[in-house]
Amino acid sequence: MSLAPERRDLIVLVIFAAVVLAAPVLFKPIGAGYPDLLQKFAIYGIFAIGFNILFGLTGYLSFGHAAFLGVGSYTAVWTFKLLSMNPVPAIILATLVGGAFAAVIGFISLRRTGIYFSILTLAFAQMSYNLAYSVLTPITNGETGLQLNQADPRVLDIAFGRDYGAVLPSSDLFGLDMTGYPGFYFCAVVLILCFFLANRIFRSPFGMMLRAVKSNQNRMNYTGLNTRPYALAAFVISGMYAGLAGGLLAVTDPLAGAERMQWTASGEVVLMTILGGAGTLLGPVLGAGLIKYFENIFSAFNEGILMAGFDFLPETLQHAAVAVSSLFVGEGWHLTLGALFMLIVIFLPGGLMEGINRLVAWIGRRGGGGGGEAPATAPQTAG
Amino acid sequence: MDAILLQVLNGLDKGGAYALIALGLTIIFGTLGVVNFAHGALFMLGAFCAVSFKSLISLEKVTLDPTQKTAWGTPLEIREAYVESWFGDAGTLLINYSVPVSLLLAIPTMLLIGIAMERGLIRFFYKRPHAEQILVTFGLAIVLQEIVKSVFGANPIPQPAPDVAKGMIDFGVAIGFDAGNVVYPAWRLIYFLFSISIVGAVFAFLRFTSFGMVVRAGMADRETVGLLGIDIDRRFTIVFGIAAIVAGLAGVMYTPILSPDYHMGMDFLVLSFVVVVVGGMGSLPGAVAAGFLLGILQSFASMNEVKAILPGIDQIVIYLIAVIILLVRPRGLMGRKGVMEH
Repeated sequence: MSLAPERRDLIVLVIFAAVVLAAPVLFKPIGAGYPDLLQKFAIYGIFAIGFNILFGLTGYLSFGHAAFLGVGSYTAVWTFKLLSMNPVPAIILATLVGGAFAAVIGFISLRRTGIYFSILTLAFAQMSYNLAYSVLTPITNGETGLQLNQADPRVLDIAFGRDYGAVLPSSDLFGLDMTGYPGFYFCAVVLILCFFLANRIFRSPFGMMLRAVKSNQNRMNYTGLNTRPYALAAFVISGMYAGLAGGLLAVTDPLAGAERMQWTASGEVVLMTILGGAGTLLGPVLGAGLIKYFENIFSAFNEGILMAGFDFLPETLQHAAVAVSSLFVGEGWHLTLGALFMLIVIFLPGGLMEGINRLVAWIGRRGGGGGGEAPATAPQTAG
Repeated sequence: MDAILLQVLNGLDKGGAYALIALGLTIIFGTLGVVNFAHGALFMLGAFCAVSFKSLISLEKVTLDPTQKTAWGTPLEIREAYVESWFGDAGTLLINYSVPVSLLLAIPTMLLIGIAMERGLIRFFYKRPHAEQILVTFGLAIVLQEIVKSVFGANPIPQPAPDVAKGMIDFGVAIGFDAGNVVYPAWRLIYFLFSISIVGAVFAFLRFTSFGMVVRAGMADRETVGLLGIDIDRRFTIVFGIAAIVAGLAGVMYTPILSPDYHMGMDFLVLSFVVVVVGGMGSLPGAVAAGFLLGILQSFASMNEVKAILPGIDQIVIYLIAVIILLVRPRGLMGRKGVMEH
């Protein structure tokens, strides 16, 4: 039984939307059913989906995507300060500015390919980060980070007669406060829209062209096709996704700091995408969720919890086990992250989606070939 | 004139570090074809060789002297390092010269680490795409720096230079300026000379030994060298070890200039990659020249006169140069055709 691709996409989309919207209930058993973390899942999911449009489809490995996230955050906070606390203009502007910034950087970086491209994007991101920390302090508020202020003008809010009084406002959608679950559902709706859009891009002739760029750029050039506009378009789109994610970060917590642009942050989104499976639709969201989940769980662990966890062991063994495993949790969460990074690249370069597909195929074969073709939820990567 | 000279000098020590790291990166890239994002971590590990050596020889014996009292009324603690009580003045000398002496510890350690890294991880990635090499070595770099962080803590650990090199050298007098104009910390000058001699040693090794000849041949055309029946695998392992030593030694000697902490490798790595790209992927002289050039340019950009005209230029000058070079001369200053172009 094989479905038409359009039918299958629709089913995937519906299931995806259902899972995202039911997330507070579904993730409760694993201890992730609270809005702060769910918001992060959704936001970094958007970030990773966008990164995947560039890396997964065209194969250009950008090491500077955090710059767009940071720019998006700054834009959103400035929109809050100057125009309105309503999140809609904030994320629209964040998306646009992120895209414009990506257009400039992409225009230059895409003149080169391969590792040169990675270094160029890295150079630009580090440049933005350094500038945000130093000279651009009037715009970015340097080390402290950009924050809201009671005395902000908020022209639109004033024009519509909204007065926040003497408290520090938080963003709200026409009176609906954007913290807690309403904030999550706002992000969730945006995530579903972004997922749908990515799906359309993957299936479009444009997406096909991007995959052609990845599999053999030379041949594309020989056929007389200028590939750069396509790559640039992909770069800008992924920059817009990153800007949007940055804007949403500011919506849920109106604060923007330069450390969001640091290159370790760029590395993180690369990891999310690879972990989930570059070039697949669902993979990046899965990767983003896993990384943020484990970050949250692992960094909350401490010796007390570990001691309780290894209670079944004899005492000396218990201490040894705690000593070893405490390297990997709490402050040492990054060690786990790095090790995970290596394991995934070494053993599963196709990411979790590849693992799932392999597993499904294996089960299908064991079941006497009854299932036949695996009901792959994600399109196969090209090349 | 003397201000300019001072800035050139200022850039030389940092440039030396960039050049040494970039040299190792280029050797690894040229022979093994691997983009090693963990090279900064090797620099950092070298620096922590110095830290471990220092703390090892400064282990102290504590004796309580009941005849003397401290201000709090407790017996006075007399601390004496074991090496001092064992070897007397020679021990004191050893502690004083701990940074240069730890070079001797760093050489075998870094060689072992390099070989272990190549055999255990890198060799499985020769045939894999560059993107995967970048990612796996990036992961390794994170792991290494987190291990160092959990052992040595997150704070920088200052390492003093030997007493003789702690002072300033009035460099200007030697070349005819008035006294007091071009004053320069002695250790930085030593670092520059050190990096020059390491660069010289590596180049001599590559030029005048038959091993070096094979390595150069391998950089020019790997396949043919393999076809000639030379055991490339074994040599490449040693090449990786040598590159690790170079990075490690650069790290050891840099500790008095910058107190080592766990993320110093990452900070230098990004810049060193920029250096490699500016110098031209696969070109050893290019890497060295670009290292010093960017070091000097960076120190010029941090002059107050320059910053007054272009605020913030000191933060971004290296990246800016890299962008310009890559756009104007895509192969870098001395890059060869056909390297990394597919």
